[in-house]
Amino acid sequence: MAIIAMREALRQALDEEMTRDENVLLMGEEVAQYNGAYKVSKGLWEKYGDKRVIDTPITELGFTGVAVGAASVGLRPVVEWMTFQFGLLAIDQIINNAAKLRHMSGGQLKVPMVVRGPNGPAEFLSSQHSQSFASYFMHIPGIKVVAPSTPYDAKGLLKTAIRDDNPVIFLEAEMYYGWTGEVPEEEYTIPFGKAAIRREGEHVTLVSFSKPMKMLEEAAEELAKEGISAEVIDIRSIRPLDEETIFGSVRKTNHVVVVDEAWPQASVGSHISGLISAKCFDDLDAPVEFVSSEDVPMPYNHTLELEVQPTVAKIVAAAKKTLYREG
Amino acid sequence: MRKIDSYDKDFLISILREMNFIRRFEEKAGQMYGLKKIGGFCHLYNGQEAVAIGAVKALDMKTDYILTGYRDHGHALAVGMDPNAIMAELYGKSTGVSRGKGGSMHMFDVEKHMLGGNGIVGGQIPVAGGVALMQAYKGTGGATLVFFGDGAIHQGSFHETLNLAKIWNLPVVFICENNQYGMGTSYDRVSSVTDYSIMGNSYGIPSWQVDGMDVIAVYEELGKAVKQAKEQALPAFIEIQTYRYKGHSMSDPAKYRSKEDLEAYKQKDPILGLKARMLDAGLITDEQFKEWDKEDKKRVQDAIEFADKSPEPPLSDMYEDILA
Ligand SMILES: Cc1ncc(C[n+]2csc(CCOP(=O)(O)OP(=O)(O)O)c2C)c(N)n1
Repeated sequence: MAIIAMREALRQALDEEMTRDENVLLMGEEVAQYNGAYKVSKGLWEKYGDKRVIDTPITELGFTGVAVGAASVGLRPVVEWMTFQFGLLAIDQIINNAAKLRHMSGGQLKVPMVVRGPNGPAEFLSSQHSQSFASYFMHIPGIKVVAPSTPYDAKGLLKTAIRDDNPVIFLEAEMYYGWTGEVPEEEYTIPFGKAAIRREGEHVTLVSFSKPMKMLEEAAEELAKEGISAEVIDIRSIRPLDEETIFGSVRKTNHVVVVDEAWPQASVGSHISGLISAKCFDDLDAPVEFVSSEDVPMPYNHTLELEVQPTVAKIVAAAKKTLYREG
Repeated sequence: MRKIDSYDKDFLISILREMNFIRRFEEKAGQMYGLKKIGGFCHLYNGQEAVAIGAVKALDMKTDYILTGYRDHGHALAVGMDPNAIMAELYGKSTGVSRGKGGSMHMFDVEKHMLGGNGIVGGQIPVAGGVALMQAYKGTGGATLVFFGDGAIHQGSFHETLNLAKIWNLPVVFICENNQYGMGTSYDRVSSVTDYSIMGNSYGIPSWQVDGMDVIAVYEELGKAVKQAKEQALPAFIEIQTYRYKGHSMSDPAKYRSKEDLEAYKQKDPILGLKARMLDAGLITDEQFKEWDKEDKKRVQDAIEFADKSPEPPLSDMYEDILA
């Protein structure tokens, strides 16, 4: 199987879907002539031309709204937000139009669009450019939200997203476009609402999504050295959420650490922690441990910036705490 | 190029030196980025010095305010912020202007009336409207200058604020630094009109274009705009045509434009242009300029040493500066 980077896997998905369906088009800032700010769309403009790979002005609200309209009458736009930080300018179009047109029209309209781009902390960028907004979208009925952590999932989930008849928010991460992994040549898609068990284990369940998954796997390695066997779960589909896979693992290990690089309050991580606490109460041998970002805006200084986020050490310590082991 | 005869020699020298200082500062910032002492997005101001200096010279910073975007080192230096603290901010040190929390894009000095440093394209424009609202409300007699790029022109924040500024008679001057590119996109590819100065007309706001490679032109035209804002409570919108010599940020090789274009602009360099006019007028000598340049380089070197020696913030700092 070919080993390719995340950005390449995403590009393959876009390329294959644009070839398969001429209603699919890509739009956003710098996606065409510049090949995308993070080079995800490299080569697509040369291949599909101005009509289908469209550079926009810096008008997030405007072009996202245009995509909603185009989707409502049969096109399948993929919008790239240079980062989700700037997507905030367009969130009205997501909440009030993309997510609601179907509902308000009594099911007459559908909005098959994808909004994708990097979300979450970056490096040395201070507080306006390093924020994780997954929970903002998880909150909204009428849209789906997914977040791959491997090139394999990135390609399969993006293809599913493009074919989905609903608005899909597709969360990537600025820091992981270079991560590599195996991706088959042949066509495949990955269904939404299905979590992945990345590693089987018996003593403690580690749950997260997107970029922190790498830390979870490293933490599991660390724990293994001390005889602790961790099960690692990648939820990858945030809405719909595969509660059964998470709960099944917790029933097996009776201990759980939830990790989310967003702020702790009203986050994807706090939601999952709450669900587990309520639904697996009788199976838990210890309270749910939750490792999140510190509850502060991101500082520019690198030492502080790293310490604000979840780390392997913090995850290991949380796992030991839930197992009542010394940290 | 505007004539300089009517200007006081010391005034001209100060303009020349301040522009040169920004240039030297930015060159060093670029180097320090290369050495990984500075991280993140680092947007340099080389080529655009005449805009910040010409504009700020037209202000009275006791009552006036300025706001800008992420390409803010030049504006910070123009209002007289401490270069040591600016460099320390680029290093992320606790002695930085924003205590190491903001970095390159977030230079603030409230005492000096410099209100940032904003990383969201167009984000500062309504905020500037609010500062001008305070000025009108309290009758402070000052004006607010807000700088943004050609990329910000299309954002709703620009259009909404122009309208509000006019209906509320706010003393605000909108300045588009048209350096011709928003990242890799040349402005004429994404603009319905390329003469931005007509955009103000829709809102009943006087608007005009200014040559941003000529610091005297910037100074004179901004002077008119600021006077109009203060005396008639009438906003202005000025498109300043300029050019950035470097890529969008340190990570951009700027392959989307030609070497010839860049060279053509360097022929109109704002610093060398003013220097040449001053040499012609016999106001300065080449030797003097070299001497000043040496001093400027030394001041930048001092800033580097200050930043290098400054302490890292303690971890507990992360919970500070969040709520009052
Ligand atoms: C709302 C928003 N969208 C996108 C970005 C990413 N971005 C940062 S700078 C930039 C280009 C802006 O160019 P311009 O306004 O012309 O200013 P210049 O860099 O030329 O000074 C873009 C797209 C952002 N910071 N904010």
